Amino acid sequence: MRTLTYREAIREGIDEELTRDDNVIVMGEEVAQYNGAYKVTEGLWNKWGDKRIVDTPISEAGFIGMGIGASMLGVRPVMELMFWSFHSVAFDQLVNNAACVRYMSGGLINCPIVVRGPANGGTNVGATHSHIPEGLFAAFPGLKVCAPATPADAKGLIKAAIRDNDPVYVMENTLLYGNKGEVPDPEDGDFVIPLGKADVKREGKDISLIAHGRSVLQALAAAETLKEEHGIDAEVLDLRSIRPLDVDAILATVAKTHRVVLVDESKPFGGVSAMISHLIQEHAFDELDAPIKRVCTIDAPSIYSPHIESEQLPNPKRIVEKVLTMF
Amino acid sequence: MSDLNFASSPINKSLSPERKIELFTQMVRIRRFEQASLKSYSSGKMGGFLHLYIGQESVAVGTISLGGADDHFITAYRDHGHALAVGMSMNECMAEMYGKQSGCSKGKGGSMHFFAPDKNFWGGHGIVGGQTPLGLGLGYGLKYLEKEGCCLCYLGDGSVNQGAFHESLNIASLFGIPVVYIIENNGYSMGTSQQRSSAYTGCLAQRAEAYAIEWDVINGSDIYEVRSKTHIAMERARKDHKPTVLEIETYRYYGHSVADANHKKYRTPEEITNYKDNHDPINVFRQKLMDEGVLTEEKAEEIDKSAKAEAADAVKFAEEAPAPTIADISTDVYWETDNDTDASKIGHHFFS
Repeated sequence: MRTLTYREAIREGIDEELTRDDNVIVMGEEVAQYNGAYKVTEGLWNKWGDKRIVDTPISEAGFIGMGIGASMLGVRPVMELMFWSFHSVAFDQLVNNAACVRYMSGGLINCPIVVRGPANGGTNVGATHSHIPEGLFAAFPGLKVCAPATPADAKGLIKAAIRDNDPVYVMENTLLYGNKGEVPDPEDGDFVIPLGKADVKREGKDISLIAHGRSVLQALAAAETLKEEHGIDAEVLDLRSIRPLDVDAILATVAKTHRVVLVDESKPFGGVSAMISHLIQEHAFDELDAPIKRVCTIDAPSIYSPHIESEQLPNPKRIVEKVLTMF
Repeated sequence: MSDLNFASSPINKSLSPERKIELFTQMVRIRRFEQASLKSYSSGKMGGFLHLYIGQESVAVGTISLGGADDHFITAYRDHGHALAVGMSMNECMAEMYGKQSGCSKGKGGSMHFFAPDKNFWGGHGIVGGQTPLGLGLGYGLKYLEKEGCCLCYLGDGSVNQGAFHESLNIASLFGIPVVYIIENNGYSMGTSQQRSSAYTGCLAQRAEAYAIEWDVINGSDIYEVRSKTHIAMERARKDHKPTVLEIETYRYYGHSVADANHKKYRTPEEITNYKDNHDPINVFRQKLMDEGVLTEEKAEEIDKSAKAEAADAVKFAEEAPAPTIADISTDVYWETDNDTDASKIGHHFFS
């Protein structure tokens, strides 16, 4: 199978949706003439022109609110946040207008927007640029959130997000953009991964590592060490989608291994993993042979120092150490 | 305030006597509806807030009367006047405030959140200034879809200091968006007067100059002036894809909301009386129509009586309508689950 980088996979997905539906447009800061701050949209402006690929000023509340308004008339904007960390200056639009307009209108309006961009730590850009808000937005009914870990998932999920008739917030990762992976050839058919479907990235029987986004790769690396050095066979479940959430897949892996470590780049208080921990104890308490443990980002604003930032984030070493406390 | 006679501008000259009576009737209906709402609210039959439009009727009626098939409207939380002016029924609006299933938003929105997309009315928004980027987006959508229309986006004088409004003005001018921002200046952002809340030279609309946007100030007590000047802005939007900021000087008789206990403290009784006696848009229009020979005392009485009766019927309808059920809490959250699509069957959407 052919390989693409994560950024190429997202671009290909967006390009295919631009082809499929005339109402799909791309908007954001530097997405057109500059070819994207992280080059995700490279070449799209050349191909599609000003009407479909739109550079906006640095004005997140303005252009995201504009996209929400346009979506009420049937335009389907795919809006790039250069960093998801910048959500804070557009928060009213993201959570009041996008998430609530359907509800408050008694179902008369829908808001088919996509907001996408990187949401991660690990690049030494300090606390203001390192927020990981998937748990935050998944906490608002009316919104959908996904966080792909691989190029194939990134392409499949961005396509599902664009086709969805509700607001979908896609959390990418700057450290994944250059990663290569197999992605099905478009000639072999339309490749869409539905929201709400988790994926077992590694089969195992002794413990379940449940993760999303880049933490999936950290969990896979940890699983190799656990196998080679400690004889522990870890299963890695990639959530892919945070809301809707594949609760059945979570409960299935717990029933299989009876031990769980949740790996989550969020901060510990109220993150995605806190919610999953609750779901497991509520629905699979009797399956557990040990308390649920978590490896999250160490609970402080994100540190700048390149010497230490990787230690603040979930990493294979911290995951292995946590798993070993459970045997 | 100028003494120009806007009744003779072409957009008003073209009004038939019947249409003039219709506009007058709409204004009276709004006032009677609001008075009925106040009565119900005061007797504890509604929840939340009640932001009354009384005194500002000429703005919604005058501007919305100019709308064609591709013109759209969006406003803030003082939205009852706009809702009735676009043609929503008193029944669905009153029932919404009563929190009933037959309300326009099924009892899920309340007083601040009326919507009627089939009538090009996109709310009804509770956060000050939060609707201004949405109005921009409606204009963007019209241009993208190649419709010759515009969006009238209303905001209060208190909204002009919100960042979202300034971001919207910049993009509206930069992108050439067919949107008309209408500042309904009733003098007070809640309990703080314009002088104590906004820095400005001349007027609030003049801020548009910083964004290279045309602007104008309108005497809101004269519906003819409202129509005449708004028409120019709408044509500029529809034909030239250029935004405008209009500031319509108006007044609200009641507080920011009915819960605003201080509304008689931050302004003088004389101020309110002066507006009622000399600038009330319904009285002004009524007098003009009488002078024109379009309206008689008897006809005006009949219109008023009928509006009162309609409002009373709406109260009765709302009181008798069924409340939403617990099951209703969980619908209208996601389009996909409401429509039972394949996508909605994958994964858990709700966590109760």
